[in-house]
Amino acid sequence: MLVLDNVDAHYGKSHVLHGVSIEVRAGEVVGLLGRNGVGKTTTLKAIMGMARRTGGRITFEGRDLHGVPPHGLAGLGIAWVPEERRIFRLLTVLENLRTGLDRPGVTPARREELLEKVYAYFPILKERRNQAGGTLSGGEQQMLAIARAMVLEPKIILLDEPTEGLMPRMVAQIQEIVHALHREGVAILLVEQNVPLTLDAAGRVYIMEKGTVRHHASSAELRADQRVIHEYLGV
Amino acid sequence: MTATLAASPRSPARGYWIGFAVVVALLLIAPLVLPPFWQRFVTEILIWGLLAMSSDILIGYTGMVSFGHSAFFGLGMYGAAAALLTIKPPSLWLAILYGLVGAGAIAVFVAYFATRLRDIYFAISTLVFSQIFYVIIFTWTEVTGGENGLTFRQPALSILGWSDRFTPTTFHWFALAVVLVSYLLVRRITRSPFGMVLQSIRENEPRTRAIGYHVERYKIVAVMLSGLFAGLAGVLYAIQNKFAAPDFVFFVVSGEVVIFNVMGGMGTLVGPFAGAAFFLLLREGLSRFLTEYYLIPVGIIFIIMVIFLPQGLLGFLRRRLNA
Amino acid sequence: MDQILIQTLHGLVNGMVLAMVASGLTLIFGIMDIVNFAHGDLLMLGAFVGASVLGVTGNYWLALLAAAVVIAVLGAALQVTTLRPLIGRDPLTTILATFGVSLVLQKYALWQWGPSVRQISEPVRGDFTLFHLQYPWYRIVTAILAGLIIAALWLFLKYGKFGIWIRATTQDRVMAQAMGIPVPLVYTAVFAIGSAMAAASGVLFGPFAGVTQTMGFDFTLRAFIVVVVGGMGNLGGSILASIFVSLLEAYAAIVVSPAQAVIVSFIVLVLTMLFRPTGLFVPTPK
Repeated sequence: MLVLDNVDAHYGKSHVLHGVSIEVRAGEVVGLLGRNGVGKTTTLKAIMGMARRTGGRITFEGRDLHGVPPHGLAGLGIAWVPEERRIFRLLTVLENLRTGLDRPGVTPARREELLEKVYAYFPILKERRNQAGGTLSGGEQQMLAIARAMVLEPKIILLDEPTEGLMPRMVAQIQEIVHALHREGVAILLVEQNVPLTLDAAGRVYIMEKGTVRHHASSAELRADQRVIHEYLGV
Repeated sequence: MTATLAASPRSPARGYWIGFAVVVALLLIAPLVLPPFWQRFVTEILIWGLLAMSSDILIGYTGMVSFGHSAFFGLGMYGAAAALLTIKPPSLWLAILYGLVGAGAIAVFVAYFATRLRDIYFAISTLVFSQIFYVIIFTWTEVTGGENGLTFRQPALSILGWSDRFTPTTFHWFALAVVLVSYLLVRRITRSPFGMVLQSIRENEPRTRAIGYHVERYKIVAVMLSGLFAGLAGVLYAIQNKFAAPDFVFFVVSGEVVIFNVMGGMGTLVGPFAGAAFFLLLREGLSRFLTEYYLIPVGIIFIIMVIFLPQGLLGFLRRRLNA
Repeated sequence: MDQILIQTLHGLVNGMVLAMVASGLTLIFGIMDIVNFAHGDLLMLGAFVGASVLGVTGNYWLALLAAAVVIAVLGAALQVTTLRPLIGRDPLTTILATFGVSLVLQKYALWQWGPSVRQISEPVRGDFTLFHLQYPWYRIVTAILAGLIIAALWLFLKYGKFGIWIRATTQDRVMAQAMGIPVPLVYTAVFAIGSAMAAASGVLFGPFAGVTQTMGFDFTLRAFIVVVVGGMGNLGGSILASIFVSLLEAYAAIVVSPAQAVIVSFIVLVLTMLFRPTGLFVPTPK
């Protein structure tokens, strides 16, 4: 469904991605592992049209994303949960969700449904719905970021390091959410540094190093042979 | 001027000087072959070009947009007026001195703010300052003549004992000499290590600061230089026209200066002259058909240039001229 | 004492009109980092359009509405043609472009309406008596209207889908786009709203001093000052600053001539930039 074919990308003058090829099929959870700075986030940014793609193609459901304006991606079914979460700090929780709910083609009834659904997943958000996004804790902001992506009813979610800086209890909660989304049939491209979580959640994993994909295997294979993980991530 | 530059890749410096000599020669004989109206026109291009060049030091080299150059220009005018009205017999050199001092004083004031404010805030404050001076000059009628300004007699051109009244031709040559000297001076400065630092500030101020340069000091000097040459242009204009008027301190002049810079090419020093010539010629040509509405098409041309040709007419020379 | 009372009223009324102008300017700056040099000229064109419509229909309110709508469309057209191509470039270029637009608009107004001063007759006649002083009713009405319009703007931003889109885009353009918010459309709409507010201000201010094609520059200058003093992008701040500066100017006019009282606002700006560059009415950032 989402295919990166030999993608090169530049950030300003630096050449950060070299021939990256990744595929995420419908309903799949695919992991993207690698040390800090290898280009995992940049890969997601390239998909979102934020890094300058200088080579290769990125297609979604067969359609080349090249000509699609940045605000058109959500409509195609691609949702993004960035590394820094990027909650609209001065908007309330509810207003944050509304940026995704107020799409054309969504009936008021459906909006209510989606809202109730994310409140069911994240009761704390319902509690804090009239609070400004900036007043939420780190974990709560992460939940809001994910909820915001969910109300877009996406076909794929680009999840960038959702567990970074979170307490173990929250990490477990994130793990559950990923499982739940998978059960619903939402594809996920999961960028993470947390190896066990990734191997548990994802069926296949790509490992990146220095701006390119070095290894690609199923989680089962990687679990069986820990050496690969050691080699690329040093854990 | 530009054709020879493009044609000699072997020795760009030589091409430049050849072009330069050609232009100067043309400007020298201009008053002798042109009818009086056009003669005056060329002299005015020189003066406005000088003003725009002074602005280029800031806009083109240091990356600081000034919307207040009319203040320096105006103070140069009024400074010269002060000398020519208070000191008998009227002395050319004192007029220049007073004008430079007047412009310089304002420049010090503006320079102080230059170092504390960045980009937009600096631009807005230069606009505000020139308006402050406009209001002061406009309302302080006893000293400045208020909205009528001041009129005075033209001083004699006196050099080393020899003295004679100006004729339009000799004034033109005088102005040309002043402009040439100014241009060569500024060119020397911008090509010096000092000038390189200014350009570095324009490209990346935080990095320049991080390397260890005292950015504030450089900016202050840049503003002073810019103000002084702008004041000099004001002195020339005052002497040519024998008056000083608040209209020239009004924002419109600052705006036109910016237009000359953008149209001619920022960061080239010669661009401003080309920009001034281009604008003034357009104005001359179009106002015959459109009277005061010439600014509508000229304004549109300006906007189109900002969007599609931001480097201006001579901007492509920037690298060559500053290498 | 009488003088002070009258000047206070002047200051408040002028402050409210200025607040309307500044609101549009700060909204535009806050969302797309554009310093709209032509803002005052949009006000001026609005005043002319209003004067013309008033001349034809005799109805002040219709003139106010027509001016706002026409200039909103003009503003949108300007943004799409001259400012959209400049997105992502050096902010300096937008100042230059809007400066160019300002020149063209001024001369166009001269061409279209001629050099004589147009009048906009006041919507309400009569004076209102405060103690033993008379003060024209229409000025009070103007101030109230300006206040209502600003309040309407504030409500629009706070509630309503579009208000959320505007606020989200102002805070984080990239994330707003990622959420599917059509940012280019939002930019155009905000510029149109700002232009409409400027135009309405022009019609409101029309009865005060007549309509000329240079009236815009003064407003642009004052609005810049007030936006900086209030904190760029800060709506509440620019409103407070407008009233503050206008009151100071009004009081200064008791002592010096009105032409010179303008300097007061300049001084306030200079002091603000030196000591509180983020704005006088903005809490000091920690």
